[in-house]
Amino acid sequence: MMNIFKKTIFSVLFSLLIIGNVNADKIKIGTEGAYPPWNSKDASGKLIGFEVELAYTLCRYIGQQCEIVEQDWDGMIPALIMRKFDAIMAGMSITAERQKAISFSQGYADEVASLAVMKGSDLEGMNTPEGINLTLGGSGVKKTLKTLTGALAGKTVCTQTATIHQNFLESGDVGKINLRTYKTQDEVNLDLASGRCDVALAAAVAFTDYAEKSGKPVVLVGPTFSGGAFGNGVGVGIRKDDTELLKAFNKAIEKARKNGDISRIATKWFGFDASM
Amino acid sequence: MDLELMINSLPKLLSAAVITLKLLSVSLIIGLFIGLFFAILRLNKNIFINRFAYGYSYVFRGTPLLVQIFIIYFGLGQIEYLRSTVLWVILKEPYWCAIIAFALNTGAYTSEILRSAFQTIKPGIIEAGKSLGISNKVIFYKIQIPIAIRQSLPAYGNEIILMMKGTSLASTVTIMDLTGVAKYIISTTFKPIEVFIVAGGIYLFMTFIIHNVIKFLEKKYSFN
Repeated sequence: MMNIFKKTIFSVLFSLLIIGNVNADKIKIGTEGAYPPWNSKDASGKLIGFEVELAYTLCRYIGQQCEIVEQDWDGMIPALIMRKFDAIMAGMSITAERQKAISFSQGYADEVASLAVMKGSDLEGMNTPEGINLTLGGSGVKKTLKTLTGALAGKTVCTQTATIHQNFLESGDVGKINLRTYKTQDEVNLDLASGRCDVALAAAVAFTDYAEKSGKPVVLVGPTFSGGAFGNGVGVGIRKDDTELLKAFNKAIEKARKNGDISRIATKWFGFDASM
Repeated sequence: MDLELMINSLPKLLSAAVITLKLLSVSLIIGLFIGLFFAILRLNKNIFINRFAYGYSYVFRGTPLLVQIFIIYFGLGQIEYLRSTVLWVILKEPYWCAIIAFALNTGAYTSEILRSAFQTIKPGIIEAGKSLGISNKVIFYKIQIPIAIRQSLPAYGNEIILMMKGTSLASTVTIMDLTGVAKYIISTTFKPIEVFIVAGGIYLFMTFIIHNVIKFLEKKYSFN
């Protein structure tokens, strides 16, 4: 009896060892699965989106098998560092703050951020330029930030936690606001619709995608934001000591860009060419 | 191990612990009244009142606290009609949504704790009161309730500790309690182990205090 028991345990452990080895050959890529159209899940729970499709394309160029794993946004970088996966493709913008902890490949796509409100809000019709680039600066940017500071004063502004959007709102560029942070963008959208948030900040596509799918009257207001706290495009996050993989991803992105793969996949998911 | 980070995050986490304690104490006070109310309903002979009280405790003890918070916060927020009523003034605030969920949850457990305490009171004690000519009302308030509270102290102490840990779920509805601030610090430092160890230590310390206060009360009001 004891013998059978021992044998079973041994074979289970042995098979786990084999499975572990099979997986070791695969590149594991972490994504959130809750930030459409970058990455999300379909009704059956399968991961889909721009980055999921792009990840498989890049892996084909690298010549290795990939496995995409799901990870909550707020634990994304710690999970990479703790080797739960080898790369992040989760709409993660390249910022100086994150680069202290991990490396980034060259950017593969870029997006602009925007504020959004529900139709009928008093923030609608703000007198601001179409878009501002915080890196470029200038008097136009300063004036716009001043307008925003006045408009957002005393308002509850909602955004997803640990994002470039939160960094911007905390930078003081728009003065003191009542900031509320959420675990996922879905929750930001829900509370914007319910009226708990006066205004929300995220990637412009995150709002247009939500408005389209939910039918809720969410409208973009103010300028679109880029540069500065908003980083330099979205890249693949990789552990600092993993220089080989970084090189491989950089090469693959280069190739995919040349062949028009990134543009094609971006246009499919965003409705416009968000590649870079 | 980043000791510097642990030391630097301690003051921020301690001030967040105050929010945790606030959430805990307010929900416990409201929950105690709810619990007492429903415990008394449970002792009622009327089957409808009895079943109603039982149904309440059954639902709130039978579903996860996280689900209750989500239903109250995100769920009720989706009902358009509710947003036009006065109730929305309260439900709009994450803080009150969390308090409502915690109070209803702990109220359900407290009602069970108190009910069983009422039922274990020896009939002899009540009969002794009656034989002295004390009215039923006075017997209830001056004899039954104090004995029931003393009887339920150990179980209620456990409930306080469970509830204290339960308040960490407030961070899921944007409240910056101890867990919320810990997560916030991690989101900028990317070092979960250090920060969660400090946060866990603070929770442990609070448990230690609660545990000892209950132990002291148990001794003080001991029957021996």
